[in-house]
Amino acid sequence: MSGDTGIIIVGAGECGARAALSLRENGYRQAITLIGDEVHLPYERPPLSKQVLLDEAARPASIVLSDIMLAERAIRHVSGASASAIDTLGKQVILSNGRALSYDKLLLTTGATPRRLPNAPASSRILYLRTIDDALALRSHIRANMHVAVLGGGFIGLEVAASARSRGAKVTVIESQERILKRGVPEPIAETITALHRRNGVIVKCGVAVLGIEADERHVGISLSDGDKVSADVLIVGIGAQPRTELAVQAGIAVDNGIAVNERLETSAADIYAAGDCCSFPHPLYGGRRLRLEAWRNAQDQGILAAANLTGAARSYQAVPYFWSDQYDHTLQIAGLVDEGQLVVRRDLGDGAFILFHLDDEQRLVAASGVGPGNKIAKDIKLSEMLIAKRVIPPIEALAAEANLKSLLPRAA
Amino acid sequence: MTNWVDACAADEIDQEDVVRFDHAGRTFAIYRSPDDEYFATDGLCTHEKIHLADGLVMDDIVECPKHNGRFSYKTGEARGAPVCINLKTYQVKVEGDRVMIGIGA
Ligand SMILES: Cc1cc2nc3c(=O)[nH]c(=O)nc-3n(C[C@H](O)[C@H](O)[C@H](O)COP(=O)(O)OP(=O)(O)OC[C@H]3O[C@@H](n4cnc5c(N)ncnc54)[C@H](O)[C@@H]3O)c2cc1C
Ligand code: FES
Repeated sequence: MSGDTGIIIVGAGECGARAALSLRENGYRQAITLIGDEVHLPYERPPLSKQVLLDEAARPASIVLSDIMLAERAIRHVSGASASAIDTLGKQVILSNGRALSYDKLLLTTGATPRRLPNAPASSRILYLRTIDDALALRSHIRANMHVAVLGGGFIGLEVAASARSRGAKVTVIESQERILKRGVPEPIAETITALHRRNGVIVKCGVAVLGIEADERHVGISLSDGDKVSADVLIVGIGAQPRTELAVQAGIAVDNGIAVNERLETSAADIYAAGDCCSFPHPLYGGRRLRLEAWRNAQDQGILAAANLTGAARSYQAVPYFWSDQYDHTLQIAGLVDEGQLVVRRDLGDGAFILFHLDDEQRLVAASGVGPGNKIAKDIKLSEMLIAKRVIPPIEALAAEANLKSLLPRAA
Repeated sequence: MTNWVDACAADEIDQEDVVRFDHAGRTFAIYRSPDDEYFATDGLCTHEKIHLADGLVMDDIVECPKHNGRFSYKTGEARGAPVCINLKTYQVKVEGDRVMIGIGA
């Protein structure tokens, strides 16, 4: 096989685009082919539930790789093309139109797809949100006096609720658990977010199951276990996402809650790596616990690390998990894994903003979570992230008081 | 021609920190380095226009509070994804206990 078949990246989302950019930044000179089944240039997803819904005139989304950037860097972007198979022995990716492309090394960044509601009737008024096309379809239903029902009190659902409410729509959030943000978010933060939505006029219903859904092309009716029936113009379903592993499964690559990779993001197949929302990886900071993150920064950082390793670096992925969400004028940020903590120390920052520090049984900082208006919590969360990475055992008084966290950081002389 | 504007008191900025300064419809960020030098850049991140004054300053880097894009505040150079557009920088001088920035005519 010729030596310049280069690197193929399947999945032209945040992670794939970032990897392609990074390969060139690292000086990789051979061919780079970025294959994506969406027809758009690689774009960022976080604005899809925020700015894109809030503002009719908003540019469709922010682009990670423009035409000019692709051309300048000689990155070949094959868009609107789905990879349907990998021939691991012949080292080829087969596209759904039958074309075969050869690779030296392959990176899978196939992302995730929304979990579908079982037994829901087919209707253009029942929507999911993952792509720019989904966001534009949803936006057309968000207007003053429209009723938007949101199924699922997770991040996507709550961000959509905040955006829709900010545009004057009537909004009802339906959550089957006893509270919103049950996964990975501590209760005081979930309470703050719930209160924020209620203050803004969103109806938040927790602990209710959906008994049935009726829908036609104009309206959706949702029957709930508390006897209520919600009648809405549109239903947006945000009940989680599933990693896109079809391609890996077809190729016989190991899958374990996502494409299973090792610390260096290598899959079980030779010369094939995976990164971003589609993969699960062992995290050295948490005793090798296998994680799959659906977070923008993880996609970005793993893309960058995969690019280094595709060109021989053999580095291990150690970044502290990090996530943010914006709702109304509030931001929530979480660094580390909240559920690894045993002890919680609270720091208040004024204007209702606060941070929770989560310590394990050795009183090591394992996570920090916070919420507040604007970017009030950002500095402390960032410093916490550094303390977590450095495995610091901070004095508890310093956490609760407003001591500058910078002073707790061990720093090179 | 440089137009010098009184931005803040020199002791208003902690060492290795940043403050926001708004002037004539524009926003600036003013920094004090670990060795007490002062610098100024545009105040909004070139990624999604977030205030850099809410960011973290470490050594000669400011890290955006939103998505952690990094800039050298001394040169304005973009130093870390997702930012790729540099920040404009401005001249700074300290007169008495005031920090003045030069923002052009
Ligand atoms: C609405 C929304 C809001 C979000 N907000 C935030 C936020 O505020 N903060 C945060 O931290 N994170 C947020 N996220 C999560 C973040 O966007 C994701 O973690 C990130 O996009 C993951 O990047 P990725 O490249 O791994 O996957 P993706 O962005 O999903 O990209 C994967 C791409 O691969 C394509 N693909 C899949 N299979 C194939 C195939 N066989 N052939 C060709 N192409 C294929 C997909 O169509 C897709 O374009 C949000 C996500 C969504 C959907
Ligand atoms: S707004 Fe600064 S990095 Fe995104």
